[in-house]
Amino acid sequence: MGAEHGHTLHYHAHSLVHRLPAHLKIASALGFVLLVVATPRGATWPYAVHLLALLVAMRAARVPAAYLLKRAVVEVPFVAFALAMPFIATGPRVDVLGLSVSEPGLVAAGALLAKGTLGVLTALLLAATTEPADLLVGLARLRVPARLVEIMGFMVRYVDVVAAEWRRMSVARTSRLFDARSPRHWPVLARSLGVLFVRSYERGERVHLAMLSRGYTGSLPTLAAPAAIGPAQVLAGAALPTVAALALAGQAVLG
Amino acid sequence: MHVPDGFLDATTSVATAVVAAGAIAASLRGSRRELDDRSAPLAGLVATFIFAAQMVNFPVAAGTSGHLLGGALAAVLVGPWTATLCLTVVLGVQALLFADGGLTALGTNITLMGVVGVWVGYAVVRLSLSVMPRRLSSVPVAAGLGGLLSVVAAALTFTGLFAVGGTVPVQVDTLLTGMVSVHTLIGLGEAVLTALVVGTVVGVRPDLVHVARSLRSPERLPTRPGVHS
Amino acid sequence: MSTPVLDVRGLTYAYPDGTQALWGVDLHVHRGERVALLGPNGAGKTTFVLHLNGVLGPSSAQGEGRIEISGMPVRRDTLAEIRRRVGIVFQDPDDQLFMPTVRDDVAFGPANLGLRGAQLDERVGEALERVGMTAYASRPPHHLSFGQRRRVAVATVLAMRPEILVLDEPSSNLDPASRRELAEIVAELDVTVLMVTHDLPYALQLCERSVILSGGVIVADGPTRAVLADGELMAAHRLELPFGFDPARRH
Ligand SMILES: Nc1ncnc2c1ncn2[C@@H]1O[C@H](COP(=O)(O)OP(=O)(O)O)[C@@H](O)[C@H]1O
Ligand SMILES: [Mg+2]
Repeated sequence: MGAEHGHTLHYHAHSLVHRLPAHLKIASALGFVLLVVATPRGATWPYAVHLLALLVAMRAARVPAAYLLKRAVVEVPFVAFALAMPFIATGPRVDVLGLSVSEPGLVAAGALLAKGTLGVLTALLLAATTEPADLLVGLARLRVPARLVEIMGFMVRYVDVVAAEWRRMSVARTSRLFDARSPRHWPVLARSLGVLFVRSYERGERVHLAMLSRGYTGSLPTLAAPAAIGPAQVLAGAALPTVAALALAGQAVLG
Repeated sequence: MHVPDGFLDATTSVATAVVAAGAIAASLRGSRRELDDRSAPLAGLVATFIFAAQMVNFPVAAGTSGHLLGGALAAVLVGPWTATLCLTVVLGVQALLFADGGLTALGTNITLMGVVGVWVGYAVVRLSLSVMPRRLSSVPVAAGLGGLLSVVAAALTFTGLFAVGGTVPVQVDTLLTGMVSVHTLIGLGEAVLTALVVGTVVGVRPDLVHVARSLRSPERLPTRPGVHS
Repeated sequence: MSTPVLDVRGLTYAYPDGTQALWGVDLHVHRGERVALLGPNGAGKTTFVLHLNGVLGPSSAQGEGRIEISGMPVRRDTLAEIRRRVGIVFQDPDDQLFMPTVRDDVAFGPANLGLRGAQLDERVGEALERVGMTAYASRPPHHLSFGQRRRVAVATVLAMRPEILVLDEPSSNLDPASRRELAEIVAELDVTVLMVTHDLPYALQLCERSVILSGGVIVADGPTRAVLADGELMAAHRLELPFGFDPARRH
């Protein structure tokens, strides 16, 4: 189900980056990735600068690189695509290690890999340093429509409910000699998805009813006043996109 | 088919982002009719399910990965406007936290799965329901059909976008054949899963299925005698 | 007599899947009363309770009848005020507690009523003190014991200052000490109470009046001692006294 991810992505630590308000981090990550994507293909050293800036941020966040790399496997299907590109792309061909490959394909693959990897690492760093609940607050402060934030809030909450319900159902199934690996049992598995849906809904429905019973009307009351943001925090948040912007500008000037 | 950062050129990315933003704005307005007291949690749960379904990836010929989309399922359960919002949330979370689909390709991904997938699925379901007997048992069949065609439609749109704004010079017909054949297979899986899930839900909680609401008829409940205080 | 706090007439309800749970319930509860709502599993007790603040009702499926809380009918446009007046403690505290800390959870209701700052803190502090959980204010609810969680659940509702407190099976899953502590808390409260239970000694200890809900209707209504002593009535509705318990004796 992969439903447990909501929590395993977050890496518990008390760093400068963890303490930054979520909306600053989201804006920073978004700005950085936009600049990375805007970096022209064929460039080399600006990508190195981007990567360096990101590594510094990772270091400041005290999130081990191995932790992020392990979670970067989402990129694998996409890496496969990038690697295939020099072979399937059209255009003039060059010889690399004795293989004839498409030159534009090779350049595009390099840029794709660089941009994709930087994007993936940025998103993972954001996830590792921000609790889902804070992320919701941050998105609300960035003026994401309340309805979307509300749906996202329920989604985050339901991830745990669905995972727990699924575990209960699989225990019940295996204790009656059910084997999920045997294709003969797949129809049962598919049908139990519908049951899982209804059971999860009803479980979460009761929480929602409890919220309604206490006057909930669609948005959580903000209990704590938002913490004041110091200039140091703004600087820290702006650092990543600023470095990327400088690299881009440098590339435009120096070529 | 999550499109990563830098896969389509800037013009195409911006154009699809504008389409997505317009669709979201319209959905925020349209969903007010679909949402009541209890439909926000339902939308959240649909988002969770689609999130999980999209984690099941299949390799696609000539490149990207393919997976279940969930657009038709969402449209059947919560209505098309709210479904677009659900998909938007799923894709946003995937891009922000899971690095699945680029942040700058979010508009493209929302357009493909949250607009094309949802509305094609919904239209097919409504059309098929209009020619089928007015019974609850028609709903899963229509939903399955919607699931199949929504995936194929999204794959075709993706190929179209790539032909217009792809950053890699790949032969469009190679891509088209690969995308359509693989996504027809994925679409069959999507059809079966959508039909089974909707079938179970319509059986026990027809009130949770948006397109089934008009099929129920209210009647007066009987009473039993009791004591009066 | 004054307007009843709770006035229910001819309440019917069928769940969306067609299961009819309520078959015409009539019940009046007056200010200051503590009433036990007894009944076997599946009698419709929880379904009934969820109608009292409009969480279930004709709009969520099929049903008819009318409910008034201190003279105010439960309708779509009165829901906000109704939900302030009726405080429901759910059967499972895990359904009720959803905020990151005990304090936030207790503050959730009053904050929705518009309270902020010192006023809010005062409400929260008072409610936690009533259930003896002040020391746990900054703990996450899911790290507490079951009995503590139920007490926090009671506090979340008390913080709304309800006119009627409705408890759905408050003693279920509690160990004997927690069960006794909760009884002491309820006995101290100065509000109207409707307590759903099949813990018959608990009903006798806390409530002077009992009604039996069975098959979706009220089948008995009277002083708790008299209701429990009616062996035939009890047996007919699958209510059993614990071994060695004699309702005629003082406990
Ligand atoms: N969500 C639901 N959908 C359908 N039937 C339900 C639902 N909840 C309860 N019921 C049915 O309604 C009846 C009354 O249930 P409930 O009010 O929970 O009883 P009690 O609380 O007295 O044990 C039972 O027959 C139960 O199976
Ligand atoms: Mg019950």
